Amino acid sequence: MEEKNTVNTQHQAAIDELEKNQVILTPGQLVMRRFFRNKLAVIGVCILVFMILFCFIGPLFYPYSETELFYINEETGEQIRMYETEKLKTAILYTRAPMSAEHWLGTDDMGYDVLARLMYGGQISLMVGFVVVIVEMLIGVTLGGVAGYYGGKIDMIIMRLVEIFVSIPFIPLMLIISSLLISMKISPSVKIYYTMFIMGVIYWAGVARMIRGNILSLREMEYMQAAEAAGIRTSRKIFRHLVPNVMPLIIVMATMDLGGVILMESTMSYLGIGVSAPFASWGNMVSAVTNDAIMRNFLNIWVPPGLCILLTVLAFNFVGDGLRDAFDPRMKR
Amino acid sequence: MQEKELTTKQRLRSIKKFNARKYRELKRLRRRRSVPVSEYTTQMADPNNLLEIDDLHTYFYTDIGTVKAIDGVTFQIPRGKTVGVVGESGCGKSVTSLSIMRILQEPQGQIASGAIRYNQLAQNRAIDLVKTPLKEMQKIRGGEISMIFQEPMTTLNPVFTIGKQLDEAIALHSKKMPKKEVAARSVEMLKLVGIANSEGVYKMYPHELSGGMRQRVVIAMALACNPNLIIADEPTTALDVTVQAQILDLLRSLKEKINASIMLITHDLGVVAEMADLVVVMYAGRIVEQGTVQDIFHRPMHPYTIGLMKSRPNFVESGDRLYSIPGNVPSPIDLPNYCFFRNRCSQCIAACDGAYPPLMAVSDTHKVACYLCENAQGKDGE
Amino acid sequence: MRQYIIRRILISLIVLLGVSIMLYTLIRLMPSDYVDMSTSSSINMTDEMRENIRALYGLDKGIVEGYIDWLGGIFRGDLGMSLMFRRPVVEVIGQYAPVTFTVAFIALVFQVLIAIPLGILAAKKQYSMTDYTIVTLVFIGISLPIFFFAAILKRIFGFYGLNLLPISGMLTARVNYDGFTFAKFLDYAKHLILPITCFVITGCGGLLRYTRTNMLEVLNADYIRTARAKGVPERTVIYSHAFRNTLIPIITIVGSTLPSLFSGAAITEGLFALEGLGNIALRASYMADVPYLMGFNMFIAVLTVAGFLISDILYAAADPRVRLS
Repeated sequence: MEEKNTVNTQHQAAIDELEKNQVILTPGQLVMRRFFRNKLAVIGVCILVFMILFCFIGPLFYPYSETELFYINEETGEQIRMYETEKLKTAILYTRAPMSAEHWLGTDDMGYDVLARLMYGGQISLMVGFVVVIVEMLIGVTLGGVAGYYGGKIDMIIMRLVEIFVSIPFIPLMLIISSLLISMKISPSVKIYYTMFIMGVIYWAGVARMIRGNILSLREMEYMQAAEAAGIRTSRKIFRHLVPNVMPLIIVMATMDLGGVILMESTMSYLGIGVSAPFASWGNMVSAVTNDAIMRNFLNIWVPPGLCILLTVLAFNFVGDGLRDAFDPRMKR
Repeated sequence: MQEKELTTKQRLRSIKKFNARKYRELKRLRRRRSVPVSEYTTQMADPNNLLEIDDLHTYFYTDIGTVKAIDGVTFQIPRGKTVGVVGESGCGKSVTSLSIMRILQEPQGQIASGAIRYNQLAQNRAIDLVKTPLKEMQKIRGGEISMIFQEPMTTLNPVFTIGKQLDEAIALHSKKMPKKEVAARSVEMLKLVGIANSEGVYKMYPHELSGGMRQRVVIAMALACNPNLIIADEPTTALDVTVQAQILDLLRSLKEKINASIMLITHDLGVVAEMADLVVVMYAGRIVEQGTVQDIFHRPMHPYTIGLMKSRPNFVESGDRLYSIPGNVPSPIDLPNYCFFRNRCSQCIAACDGAYPPLMAVSDTHKVACYLCENAQGKDGE
Repeated sequence: MRQYIIRRILISLIVLLGVSIMLYTLIRLMPSDYVDMSTSSSINMTDEMRENIRALYGLDKGIVEGYIDWLGGIFRGDLGMSLMFRRPVVEVIGQYAPVTFTVAFIALVFQVLIAIPLGILAAKKQYSMTDYTIVTLVFIGISLPIFFFAAILKRIFGFYGLNLLPISGMLTARVNYDGFTFAKFLDYAKHLILPITCFVITGCGGLLRYTRTNMLEVLNADYIRTARAKGVPERTVIYSHAFRNTLIPIITIVGSTLPSLFSGAAITEGLFALEGLGNIALRASYMADVPYLMGFNMFIAVLTVAGFLISDILYAAADPRVRLS
């Protein structure tokens, strides 16, 4: 008896030792670990952090504002700022300035500082991205969830609606809406918000479709049928079982869409139907390139905003892809 | 002590480096264009054997370390005999079969060392499958050594008809056979495995068949080229009991018909008792006991085998709780250099703290890797 | 099968009806219409004259009435008169569609030819240097703003850079070709290189990634292991056994790519000054040319809906597990 006890304690101690050596991670930690092992995803996070700091903290340390015009005295070559009213009389707009210590990226066609506009333009682009994604997610997740969960007639109606929205060509539609907004004489500062909202409303269909498909397949899963059989309340079923399972998809989609929306917004601004002057946006900054002289000689005006768009969208895609791989253990090594 | 002080990060980095080296080595090996025949021909230890696995080590180089899925396995498959390989999930049974077929998930899974000598009867030579180039291997796979997989639902390609998949298997290994004959052979094979409507099934897609039917198709595919060795990896696990018996009967009768050897991998001791001539019991990548069916079922020696026997439902009186071996198979990363079963064993003795016990012969046919049996030699024959 | 297709077509018609109602309402909601836009520069115009012109163009009717008129026209195969061109919309679309079609079709072919082999290659060599390079390039392609990329291409290859390729238009100005000669064809081709490059680079990423992910999933499937165990050579395993299975989802994606190429034409054709449907649509929406806008947008909507339908049918043809009902 005695002997057996010691064997048992030994046995137990060995098991304890075994378990101590195994690092046990929560699912969240596992996702984090998988995510940070992905080099591209980490690069993406770094780019995003840099961009956010650059756009939102940068202006605090940068002396020039978004809409400040710069002047120069043609004869003396003295640079003059807007508040130096005395000297302004003899000055002309300091446009297309080369890169210098005063203007790191020079000034643009209008006499604005490119670097300052790059910061404010980034604010707009990022904000548009976030607002549009929030709007589209709110509508898309709700409607997609309802369609997938209840099925039947509701599903049928919502899906037809989705098809209608998916079938409308986006760019031509935004062209129409933009001329609508212009003709309604809405000021550019308010127009941004309208544009964001409209984009969100148009974009929801894709989200709804994905969520519906996901919910439909979840409902087929055994554990959902078990929950059904156990007679769990609907609200509990939705919030305890469905939502946590759809969450990864929502997060991944939101991240990827952030990139897509920023790309779309910049395209619209480039065409002059998104964010319009005097406000800066990366897209409308690139549109200076339509001037042949700028395209040829003033790369400092149109290349930096283009690169900013590319980097930001790229970063969102890297992060989104990293998140997807991290959430989906099947794809892991 | 030194190693313990390495941070997790450093350890992960060194693992990564090590793995990258291993992957590179494999890549270089695979890139070799022509491998001389002399390099992979060898001599069988006993010409009566069809397959001799000699000190096989198969490792998986993963991100968290090297998993020694098979760590020194040695056993033989004699001609015309059935060898049962038993063990719980994750003990390396399936990896052994994948190693023989050389269809491990490369580059993570590699055969680190050891030999798999195969008696290529038709060409009157013996080759080492570990060193055989891929081209040569492709001729052997399916033709001379074929495999039946565990999951009938997913082992057939969903977009091809049954006929096409069977035809492919046959045509690959008898290249000169005209198409019509190949098709006729496929239908004949389907008939052979007991599919009544064989002409109809020939034109069907896998999803139109039930699990049992699909498994029959898989078996037909495996037997289509009259292989010398059939590796059956849990051929009946996914099927219900009645179908199970049918499939086993089928395997047995077909084996006799084409005089093949079978390597039967299963965790079902009942199946082994029914089918096998020889039994190999594996635990955590090593063989703990091997012998004839009589040896294993009537005189199990290793505490693990005894535990396995005890946990069979039909060994207990009704009402009793089913016996279960405490604990789990240890994670195969950084396995200790002592008996892996020590922590779960109820009969530990002082010697168990020593090095891993070697396989010790208890009789001519019976070998056990346990210190308890060190002095049991000859006892078996009583 | 037939029943399914008929039902799907009926549903598609309902969807198209919804699209047209939405579009028509939006377009007509613009407070300043074509008449205002086109006559704003002429001082002699009186409001009365404007009203007369409106009546002529059918813009005096309310939205509902106008829509019903437009819909009625559809059944007669009449999309109305383009206000800008003063010609039937059908004719205008017929004139400019070939350019858009050519660009979109060539771009699609190149996208498929580049994306699928590279996707398979990346999957085959997962976690290798090749894989990482392809994946990173794909991400850059997806993330490139098309207008920025176009500007870079123009700067590098155009007049101000290497001066290798024309950067806008369809044909070199001041060159006359007698009939359709090979030289003219070559000139067309030269002008289309940059726009098509733009489309292909920014567009093939999605398809490539999709191919890669699907291929990876399929390569891990049990039936691939079975094929290898049968002794099937590695090439056949990948290009026959695995590819047939990846093909199914790829079909769906390709089906939905074509319409997006058309709506993307609105941007690209503008960037490179190509005389196609998209470029005109851009001008038409500034001018509120209702019939043309309706015609063009509905044209894309029909393509989209048809794309979905065709990819569903192809899906069923490629995957024996799918039975349409």
